[in-house]
Amino acid sequence: MSEPILMKGNEAVAEAAIAAGCRYFFGYPITPQSEVLEQLARRLPEVGGAYVQAESEVSAINMVFGAASAGARVMTASSSPGISLMQEGISYIASAQLPAVLVNIMRGAPGLGGIHPSQADYFQSVKGGGHGDYRLVVLAPSSVQELIDHTVLAFELAEKYRTPVMVFGDAMMGQMMEPVVLPDTEPYPVHRPWATTGMKGGRGPNIVHTLYLPADKLEQHCQRLFAKYAEIERNEQRSVQYLTEDADIVVVAFGIMSRVARAAVEMAREHGIRAGLFRPVTLWPFPAAALREAASQARLVMAAEISMGQMVEDVRLAIQGRVPVTLFNRIGLVPNPDEIFERIRKEAREVQLVNG
Amino acid sequence: MAKGYQRPSTLLDRPWHFCPGCNHGIAHRLVAEVVEEMGMVEKTVGVGSVGCGVFAYEYFNFDGIGPSHGRAPAVATGVKRVLPDHLVFTYQGDGDLAAIGTTEMVHSAVRGENITVIFVNNTLYGMTGGQMAPTTLTGQVTTTSPRGRGREQGFPFRVSEMLATLEGAAYVTRVALFNPAQVVRAKKAIRKAFEVQMQGLGFSLVEVLSACPTNWGLAPLEALKFVEEKMLPTYPLGEFKVPEGVKA
Ligand SMILES: Cc1ncc(C[n+]2csc(CCOP(=O)(O)OP(=O)(O)O)c2C)c(N)n1
Repeated sequence: MSEPILMKGNEAVAEAAIAAGCRYFFGYPITPQSEVLEQLARRLPEVGGAYVQAESEVSAINMVFGAASAGARVMTASSSPGISLMQEGISYIASAQLPAVLVNIMRGAPGLGGIHPSQADYFQSVKGGGHGDYRLVVLAPSSVQELIDHTVLAFELAEKYRTPVMVFGDAMMGQMMEPVVLPDTEPYPVHRPWATTGMKGGRGPNIVHTLYLPADKLEQHCQRLFAKYAEIERNEQRSVQYLTEDADIVVVAFGIMSRVARAAVEMAREHGIRAGLFRPVTLWPFPAAALREAASQARLVMAAEISMGQMVEDVRLAIQGRVPVTLFNRIGLVPNPDEIFERIRKEAREVQLVNG
Repeated sequence: MAKGYQRPSTLLDRPWHFCPGCNHGIAHRLVAEVVEEMGMVEKTVGVGSVGCGVFAYEYFNFDGIGPSHGRAPAVATGVKRVLPDHLVFTYQGDGDLAAIGTTEMVHSAVRGENITVIFVNNTLYGMTGGQMAPTTLTGQVTTTSPRGRGREQGFPFRVSEMLATLEGAAYVTRVALFNPAQVVRAKKAIRKAFEVQMQGLGFSLVEVLSACPTNWGLAPLEALKFVEEKMLPTYPLGEFKVPEGVKA
C-alpha cells in the first residue's frame, strides 16, 4: 500500500485510469471536468499511451469506439452537456459490446445550466440516454478515494461484461481534494480475441458492428444483450447501509449527497429520531431488493438528491408502495446536513415519530 | 498474357447487394486489391460507414468496423492510435463524409491523422433513396431538390479542394471510374494514399466520383456518361496535394 496523498477528484480519476491499465483517452474540455484531460495529456505519453483532444464529444466517443474495437483499454470523461453529445455513440458501444469507461463529472443543467454540482443526469445515464434497448452500468462514488476505486472497478466490469460503464461524479467531487491511496494491484487483464487488430495468425476477419437488418437477427441480438444485463443485475448490485436496521426513516442518497445525508442521519439520531441511510453504489443495476429490505420496518423513505427528483422514481419502484416515499432536493449546490436534518425532523413529526 | 477476372483473396466470394451499374463494387474491389498487393491483409482494419457502403465488412476479407453515420474518421483515429503500424482506412459516401461527418473528416485532416479516407462521391444520398447531398450538382434534381438544386439549396461542396489547404492533409486526389483507364488511375491513387499512410506522412483522401444509376434515373452506361460529362466540370480530376518525395 502506498502512502496517502492529497489529490483533487479529477486528477484522481486520471491516475486511477492509469493504474487500471488505461493507456488511451479521448476527450474535449469542459468545466468542471477539464483536469481529467489535462492530467492525462501530461501523463499518458509518459506511460506509453496516447491522449487525443477531440474536436467534440461526438468525436471523442467515436474515438473511444475505435480504440476499444482495436483492443485497447480506453476512457473518456466529460460533464453533462458533453455527455449529452455522446449518447448516440454510447448506444453503438453498448450494441457492439465494447468495454469502455465513461466519466460524467455532472454540472448544473438543463441547457448550459451552470458549473455547480448536480445529479440531474440520472435519467439520462441510468434510464437510457441513447437510442434503443441497452443498459449502462452506472457507479456512484462519494469521495475522492471512491472515485479512484470505482474508476478501477469500472474498467473491470467493462472488461468482464464487454459493456460501457459510467462513473458519476459531480462538480464538487471533481474539484475537491482529499487524502487518497492509489491502488497498486495488477490491472484486470485485457482479453479480447474478438478485437479488430488485423487478421494475424490465419484467423478469419473480426468484425465490430451494430447492424442487424433481418428482424430475427436483431431480436436475437437484443436477447443476448439482455441476458448479459440480467447477469449484471444478479451479480453487481452494490449498496451501503448506515443505521438502517431499526430506522423509522430511511434516507436514500448517492454520491456526494450521501455524505451529507449521513451527517443528517447522525444529527437525527442525536435528537432521538431513528433515521438511517441507504446509499446505492450502483445506480444501474439499482439495488432495489436491498433497499426494500432496508426499509422493511421504516415508516417513511426519503430520497435526497441534487435534481428535481430522478432517483426517487427508482426508490418508489423498489419500495412498491409499502411506505410513503418523499423527496428532498436542491439544485445548484450541495446542501448542508442541517437542511436535511430539519426535513427529517419535520417528516418525523408528520408521521408522528416524535411529538411537536 | 491477359488475365481473366480473378477475385483477390481480400474479397469474400459473395454477390454484391449493389444496384446494377453502381460503382461501389468497383471501389470495394480496388481497395481489396491494393490491400492484397501491399501484403497488408494481416495488418489492415477497414472502417465502413452508413450508406450504400454499410456492408463493406461483409465483403472484405480482413478486419472491419461498422461505425455510426459520419463518424468513421473518429473511429479510425481511435484504431490508428492503438495500432499505429496498421493500415487503417475509412470508406464513406458523400452524405456520410460531407454532411453529417464533415467535422470528423476535417479534423482528422487537421490533426494529420495517419489514416486514409476513401470518399465515394455520387452526388446524393444513395441508401436513403436519392436525397440531395452537399455534393449535389447545381440544377440537379433529387428527391429533396425536386425543382433542381438552386440558390436556396446552396452550392456543390468540393471536399478535396478544401482539404488540400490543410497542413495535416498529405495526399488528396480525385479520381473516377467511368472507363477502364480511369479505374486503373483510381487504383494507383488508392495505392499511393495507403503508402503515404504507411510512411506516416499524414492524412490522405481519395475522392472517387461514382455512378448511381438508380437514383439518377439513368441506365448504367448513361450514368457513366453523366459522371464524365456532368460531374467533371464541377469536380475536376487530379491530385490536389502530394507530399514531397513520395516514393512512386
Ligand atoms: C444519425 C443518422 N442520421 C441519418 C441516418 C440515415 N442515413 C443512412 S445512410 C444515409 C445517407 C448515405 O448517403 P451517402 O453517405 O451519400 O452514401 P451512399 O448511400 O450514397 O453511398 C443516411 C442519411 C443514419 N443512419 N444515422
